[in-house]
Amino acid sequence: MAFVTEQIRAALAGAPPSVADRRRRWLRLTRELPLLPLAILIPFVLIAVFANLIAPYDPTEPIPGAKIFEPPFWMQGANPAALLGTDFQGRDVLSRLIFGARVSLIVGVVGTIVAGSIGTTLGILAGYLGGWVDQVIMRVTDAWLALPALVFAIFLATMVGPSMWNIVIILGAVYWTRYARVIRGEVLSLREREFIKLAEIAGASRWRVIRRHVLPNVMNSAMVLASLTIGVVIIAEASLSFLGVGVPPPEPAWGSMLADGRSMLMVGDWWLTVFPGLGIVTVVLATQLLGDWLRVRLDPQLRNL
Amino acid sequence: MGRFIIRRTLYAIVTLFILSLTIFTVIRLTGDPVTVMAEPGAPAEDLDRIRAEWGLDRPLPVQYLSFLKNIASGDLGKSFNYEMPVSTLYFQRLPNSLELAFAATLISFVIGIPAGLISAVRVNTVWDSAGKVIALFGLAVPGFWLGLVMILIFSVWLGWLPTSGQGGWQHLIMPAVALGWYFAASLLRLTRSSMLEVMGSEYIKLARLKGLPGYVVTVLHAFKNALIPVLTLAGVNLVIMINAAVIIEVIFAWPGIGRLLYEGIFQRDFPLVQGVVMEAGIMIVVINLMIDILYAYIDPRIRLTK
Repeated sequence: MAFVTEQIRAALAGAPPSVADRRRRWLRLTRELPLLPLAILIPFVLIAVFANLIAPYDPTEPIPGAKIFEPPFWMQGANPAALLGTDFQGRDVLSRLIFGARVSLIVGVVGTIVAGSIGTTLGILAGYLGGWVDQVIMRVTDAWLALPALVFAIFLATMVGPSMWNIVIILGAVYWTRYARVIRGEVLSLREREFIKLAEIAGASRWRVIRRHVLPNVMNSAMVLASLTIGVVIIAEASLSFLGVGVPPPEPAWGSMLADGRSMLMVGDWWLTVFPGLGIVTVVLATQLLGDWLRVRLDPQLRNL
Repeated sequence: MGRFIIRRTLYAIVTLFILSLTIFTVIRLTGDPVTVMAEPGAPAEDLDRIRAEWGLDRPLPVQYLSFLKNIASGDLGKSFNYEMPVSTLYFQRLPNSLELAFAATLISFVIGIPAGLISAVRVNTVWDSAGKVIALFGLAVPGFWLGLVMILIFSVWLGWLPTSGQGGWQHLIMPAVALGWYFAASLLRLTRSSMLEVMGSEYIKLARLKGLPGYVVTVLHAFKNALIPVLTLAGVNLVIMINAAVIIEVIFAWPGIGRLLYEGIFQRDFPLVQGVVMEAGIMIVVINLMIDILYAYIDPRIRLTK
């Protein structure tokens, strides 16, 4: 489609599109864009990137002069200096939420990239090379899939020790298996297609066939899987941080904020639990919606995944 | 059939072999396990003593072989803290985890199957959209946060249910919902797609052509067959719930396997962590093998094509 419109535009070069045309095109674009997910994700990314500019306080240090467990601004006894109240050390909850977004974004995105790179590479190698390479890769995939992802991640995190970048690597190492399965299946059918066979007959090396012909054809699936993995990885990071084997304190992560707020839940201080949770739910919901949109756009065959 | 069983069993053994190798390697590669077990700053003689006591001073291949030999004979090592075999601890906790997992499975059935059925029968209507929303929230709302919010509402504000512990159904309901929530969403999606697939098949058209009433076709003809993959998934889910309910069990102080793993983490009891992980892997591989064989028994196409 894009190709055709490019041609038409080239043919019409010189005649600028009319205002009505431009408006129609713009309207169509907005109708096709996933507005709700973008309306959530764009602010989320901006907040995460510019956390140090937006956040009113240092998230790791208590606010000078503030008490601990101060309620949010609309409740009685609130401290106007801390809009969403303070936590068990007198730190600003709002600032911690803002910096927590950064942790979720980094772990979610980079963890997904690590998982996607490992899984796609191994999936292509297994599917295209076949034979014992396929056997070895798929048996390892099976074995790693046998463990519940969270238990495996907890095990790795306990052994490796907590730090944000360790968590990124660990989640990448746990979640690549799904990519390997799906991509391998696609490559198996791609391998039988004419254009791959022709490239092989024309004397292209394996490496060239993989790079020029196989990889571009599995990228769509990899992208769809990636959009669906981000949410899973964000929740996994929150779970690890909640259990105390994720992002170590005093670094603010939504999962560890939930764990910190847990004891105060019993006396009804709900905001320490509700806000970080709402953050997780909103962002994961948006990534799932974006994933559904991508799935329909890029790969109709994956709709039932 | 015999050859199929043998091949699948071999696969399962290879899977467990790789799993054990992974666990063994991770523990040795990520630093000296002795330093994880000992107090920080313990004197070198203590470290050496622990190393000798646990056989960690031997060459790696020898260590791995004895690790394998122990697993094969059902010995998953001894917990550092409890001074008891890990498998004993595991099986002590198993009944509690089973209780919670079965309750959560029931919850996921009650939510997931009817909602999936309605979504499929009324496909592309408001009902279907409602089903999609439930499925979406099932994925996006982490079970442990749902658990915390339920504690807040039903225990702290309303005072209806106990916050934690094990006892009657009052203790069971919140952790079961929190745990079953995610799996309800996965059952919903599978019930829907499986129903849609069956409803489009020839024998359903025939049943309709015979003039059978709509609900007879849907319930007796379609639903019964659509249920097969759904029940398989429920079986796999059950095993995962037994072994991976770590956070839910921590939040509700439920004395199950997940909590055992958590205790292992916190007390730096690495033989316990390693043993529970290995035991979970064994259980899942064995159940998967049984499901594979059962499927092949029911459906000859599976054992012939693969």
